[in-house]
Amino acid sequence: MITMPEKDPLHLAVALDGAGWHPAAWRAPSARPKELFTPGYWTDLVQEAERGLLDFVTFEDALNLQSTQLDGTPDGRTDLVRGRLDAVLVASRVAPLTSRIGLVPSVSTLSTEPFHISKAIATLDFVSDGRAGWRVQASRPREALHIGRRAPDPPLSLDTLNSPEVQTYITETFDEASEHVEVVRRLWDSWEDDAEIRDVTTGRFIDRDRLHRIDFKGRWFSVRGPSITPRPPQGQPLVTVLGHISAPYRLGARLGDVVYVTPHDIDQVRAIVAEIRAEQDRAGRGDETLHIFADLIVVLDDDGDAARERLGQLDSLLDAPARSDAAIVAGSPGELADLLLDWQAAGITGYRLRPAVLPVDLAAISRRLAPELARRGRFRTAYTADTLRGHLGLPRPVNRYATTRIEAATR
Amino acid sequence: MTSPRKQIILGHYVGGVNHHTLWSHPQAGSQIDFASFRHAAQAAERGKFDFFFLAEGLILRERLGRIFDQDIVGRPDTLPVLTAIAAVTEHLGLVGTLNATFNEPYELARQLATLDHLSGGRAGWNVVTSFDAFTGQNFRRGGFLDRDDRYVRAQEFVALARQLWDSWPADAIAADTTQGRFLREATVGAFGHHGRQFDVTGHFNVPRSPQGRPVVLQAGASEQGRDFAAATADAIFSPFHELGPAQEYYRDIQARVVRAGRPAGSVKLLPGGAFVLGDTAADAAERAREIARAQVSGQTAQILLEIVWNRDLSGYDPDGPLPDVDPDPTGPLVIQGRARLAQDPFETVRQWRALAAEHRYSLRELAIRVFAHAEFVGTPTQIADRLDHFVQNDGSDGFIIGSHVTPGGIDEFVDQVVPLLQERGSLRAEYTGATLRDNLAIPLAPARTTQGAVA
Repeated sequence: MITMPEKDPLHLAVALDGAGWHPAAWRAPSARPKELFTPGYWTDLVQEAERGLLDFVTFEDALNLQSTQLDGTPDGRTDLVRGRLDAVLVASRVAPLTSRIGLVPSVSTLSTEPFHISKAIATLDFVSDGRAGWRVQASRPREALHIGRRAPDPPLSLDTLNSPEVQTYITETFDEASEHVEVVRRLWDSWEDDAEIRDVTTGRFIDRDRLHRIDFKGRWFSVRGPSITPRPPQGQPLVTVLGHISAPYRLGARLGDVVYVTPHDIDQVRAIVAEIRAEQDRAGRGDETLHIFADLIVVLDDDGDAARERLGQLDSLLDAPARSDAAIVAGSPGELADLLLDWQAAGITGYRLRPAVLPVDLAAISRRLAPELARRGRFRTAYTADTLRGHLGLPRPVNRYATTRIEAATR
Repeated sequence: MTSPRKQIILGHYVGGVNHHTLWSHPQAGSQIDFASFRHAAQAAERGKFDFFFLAEGLILRERLGRIFDQDIVGRPDTLPVLTAIAAVTEHLGLVGTLNATFNEPYELARQLATLDHLSGGRAGWNVVTSFDAFTGQNFRRGGFLDRDDRYVRAQEFVALARQLWDSWPADAIAADTTQGRFLREATVGAFGHHGRQFDVTGHFNVPRSPQGRPVVLQAGASEQGRDFAAATADAIFSPFHELGPAQEYYRDIQARVVRAGRPAGSVKLLPGGAFVLGDTAADAAERAREIARAQVSGQTAQILLEIVWNRDLSGYDPDGPLPDVDPDPTGPLVIQGRARLAQDPFETVRQWRALAAEHRYSLRELAIRVFAHAEFVGTPTQIADRLDHFVQNDGSDGFIIGSHVTPGGIDEFVDQVVPLLQERGSLRAEYTGATLRDNLAIPLAPARTTQGAVA
């Protein structure tokens, strides 16, 4: 039995947030708006995604109340879902109740210390037996006020976006995020895999030569290490970045395993893929696997017209039809599969689908779309790996410090 | 008149990162894998414990600039483990030590509120502060806190966290699909705080959690610490295991609780300690001696004494007398990353010398006596009697129990001591509530609603 397609396998992730990605999702008949902050709701969703053999789910997060304003300024809306649980902990809560699917929470690089993120994601990797990832979130300006840091001046908006001050702010935010990711990655390597020896003869629990200070000194961070948590099962949990402009593409190309992008047509796909691959080469990572996932908001129904009608109904609950950074696609699983394979031919290696309404559009992905892609020989019919990196065809990385130590010893 | 029997509060902590936990024991399991934590937590829940407890350390300990290697090293992150345990338990409270120095209130408050949501109201927080520059090296702001500012920081942090937890009315979420009204009011989460430690403003983004406010635990032995804990905490780690001093501490804390304007008894006092069981008292004592010898090797004894001496003692024979030199408290630190044990090392050394002279202790024997003394040693009946007597006579309200073996060490306590406490009517036979506050008999925090009323 073939469980993994031999040629051009497609990777599928699902982004989970609130009641779904359409602003009116919580009012849909299948929605469970009173349960958004309960463990049962999240467990059901992730188990559904796992039933569809998806590569992973992501969990949105921010240190800020949701807002329709670009910089996160409160919008006073009472007609939209507000409130979020900490994403790392939601992922940790579902980990013991799932067994194969990857779990990728968003964590902000603005306030959360790299030392804390490193051990949190490493621990998620331990509690999930190698299924953890991190969506690096370079934060929204408004969050700065929640932790006593300064927001940009002038405030970020569509009008100020191209001002020198705001451009500098954006560049610096992603530079800081890059340093942050570098620190986290070094901390994950700060213990070699076999550092715990429990050697009764010499009375040593660890071989301390296999623990390493990272001694990172950058513009924003100075972190000594080693971590308090041993190297996680995957060695390096998955690092993912969402980008709409060059700065995050560069961050993802230099330091990520997956970059999420938001093209709206195949020409944009080609342009974005070319830019990211060029950045990847420039970073000297040309021979490594770097996934480029397109984000799409999806409304699915066996009958494509019914899906489009449902989107129209959802839109009619708003003042204006929903718009988003990602393209919104309403159609049948077959129609969506056509689009996914077209864009794949233009360089996309996977998709992070954002269900318009939870749980119906998630169930349509896991029960209709995934089997449809499998029928076309482009998606797995069973999990073939145990870890998230394994699902994505990424090797378990060699520990940078182990190599250094062994080279030094043999020199 | 007899007063009703007090219910004994029981917590279980998984040891590690010290000499107490025996990593070479035949039953010793992983200190990292989730299976160990699942085992320990499920055992505690089988024993109808009130809560499970995890400590925290934010830097690996070092001696003379090199990482400790003789004890357990390494631990997972507290909150993800506690939240994962929530998935495999139903009633057990989930308490973690979390540092108020190297975290932001907004972030930590929402993590604790999240744990409370995801566990159905079982979250607890042991508030600690660090001030040492050594730990600070792992964090972007370094060790910025003055020692004297510890309580200022902790007090402001807890007050702000509670402001954030209270920032959503209990009924804020309407989720009225017909009217299209998700929130009952637009101002949910609004907060502002302008203090010495924190100057923050904005909107909190986690709705009010099942307990309203997660349970707050603290340690408080100093004058300042006692006042702070009495005014702020729901439970306190008591340092006293002998009934006399423990009762004095209990009365003192409860008096401070009343002076702080809170009802007497609203703060629970919980000493921690390890247990050793035996079929007879002599068995238990012999087993305790063996465990202590395994916990404190000659090298471990030298290192433990170095914490007070602050000198390299590796040249002193563990089986010989105590070092004849004075401590050197002003020299560069020999041991980094663990709390200093003595305010006045000269006085501590003087007391230890007297103790060693009285019992003719070697260096190692003294270290065993001081650092490897299991608090509860005896037959199951003796231990049950002792715990019950201690609580019924207001030495404490319960205990936080650990074992020298991870993770299965607690099993024999659950199987042998718990039934005896239940027979006496001092420990619940079944859980009666849903939240940690229910377990501890601490009332839920009063909640605001959008009508302004207190629910």
